[in-house]
Amino acid sequence: MGLSGDTALAKIIVVTSGKGGVGKTTSSAAIGTGIALKGHKTVIIDFDVGLRNLDLIMGCERRVVYDFVNVINKEATLSQALIKDKRTAGLFILPASQTRDKDALTIEGVQEVLNDLAKDFDYIICDSPAGIEKGAQMALYFADAAIVVTNPEVSSVRDSDRILGILQSKSKRAEEGKEPIEEHLLLTRYHPGRVASGEMLSVSDVEDILAIPLIGVIPESEAVLKASNQGTPVILDTESEAGLAYMDAVDRLMGEERPLRFLEVQKKGFIKRLLGG
Amino acid sequence: MTDSGFRLKGSVVTTVLLEIQTFSLDDIVFHLKEKIDQVPHFFNQAPIIIDISKMKRGITLEEFEALIKSVSALGLGVIGWRCDPDSLPVWNASVTIPLLPASKARPINIAPEIKEVSSPDVVVKTVVEERLIPQATKVITKPVRSGQQVYAEGDLIVLAQVSAGAEVLADGNIHVYGALRGRALAGVKGDVEARIFCKSMEAELVSIAGNFMLSDALQNIVWKDSAQVLLVDDSLEIVPL
Repeated sequence: MGLSGDTALAKIIVVTSGKGGVGKTTSSAAIGTGIALKGHKTVIIDFDVGLRNLDLIMGCERRVVYDFVNVINKEATLSQALIKDKRTAGLFILPASQTRDKDALTIEGVQEVLNDLAKDFDYIICDSPAGIEKGAQMALYFADAAIVVTNPEVSSVRDSDRILGILQSKSKRAEEGKEPIEEHLLLTRYHPGRVASGEMLSVSDVEDILAIPLIGVIPESEAVLKASNQGTPVILDTESEAGLAYMDAVDRLMGEERPLRFLEVQKKGFIKRLLGG
Repeated sequence: MTDSGFRLKGSVVTTVLLEIQTFSLDDIVFHLKEKIDQVPHFFNQAPIIIDISKMKRGITLEEFEALIKSVSALGLGVIGWRCDPDSLPVWNASVTIPLLPASKARPINIAPEIKEVSSPDVVVKTVVEERLIPQATKVITKPVRSGQQVYAEGDLIVLAQVSAGAEVLADGNIHVYGALRGRALAGVKGDVEARIFCKSMEAELVSIAGNFMLSDALQNIVWKDSAQVLLVDDSLEIVPL
């Protein structure tokens, strides 16, 4: 897994951003599914206690009985709370509680759950809540790698910069002086047309400001909204650019080389323009 | 001296001087607050001296006390006041904060007062040997991110960028071998010889020994290019490298 130290353990990846609404949960669902599709046993944990969304995006909201907080409080066992994904083999979801708040999470409680999960899983994806407060810090504290989800606009980039600072200073790895968290930039809701007209920051603008390696660029796509509403991770939609771009990102996360695509403005054909498509 | 349990030493502190030209409390408070809001961190709890020597019409005790109150309410610490010794107001003894000697003037006016309050067997000796001791240089290899603050007692070298919303401070010089997009304050303990060097000047604020310049002004001089910042006769100069 390319990590020094506790090699036998699962790799913990936090999906974070600082800003809300940039696509953290969509990305957690897509990347978690993508890793599982590659044959690695994966669990996605919803850290957004009080505003749970991951189960909706994964289409398993009706199967939630016990949640992350129940497990921390020993009101349920892990195997009772884990939901097995029906579409993708080797993929599990640990949902957040809808009725509690983020204070229900404790460092000791989270550590215990992660340690138990690490015995069974290859990858643990932590879907962080927005913000830089306790919930977000809890989600990133134990991480080995971070996927920083950013939209190509200044406030999102600024918040990502802030969260990168927190990854460097307030994570377990930082506190123990270990090798720092691997940082990956995932640019979402990228609209080549609006970049060309100067309304959005370009890939190179964002790379220049954040100065961390790029793992993927997900184009703005109706397929994302459609997939969310249907409760299907968009990565399973192999017809859509967004789905393909997420698969590329997962390949790069696994150390493979993939050229960036979907960055150019698509020229509409003559017929398409006539039909207004 | 050691038997007494303390040591009296001379020390030089950089402070902000609030020089009043015409007295209009509302205007002063309004514009001062505007300045503070631009760089709140710089002014937070900053020591300040109120100087009324440039006032033509003088000021009443009530006005002066109201001014001290308002300035303190803005989060500044008033540590003293200054006045032209020839036009010292009659009420000067009623002010509780110390009257400081006028700029560059010798403290002849207040010397007798000190004698009155000192007990005769305590010898006040100014220690003049105090010098700047060179401190080790701090080297930062990773980007300084938004919301982070790095302080070095000597020189500070950053081998990466300083992001917007980040702050780097040093008693000595600051070198940034990347883009400087945040704030850089060199010579924070008053070293007027300190300088700032950066590979790409995109700073929100640069300051040397308390003299600062904001990005609006910087953009007209050097922007997104390598530059150094130094202090020449109490004013900042931005020089392309």
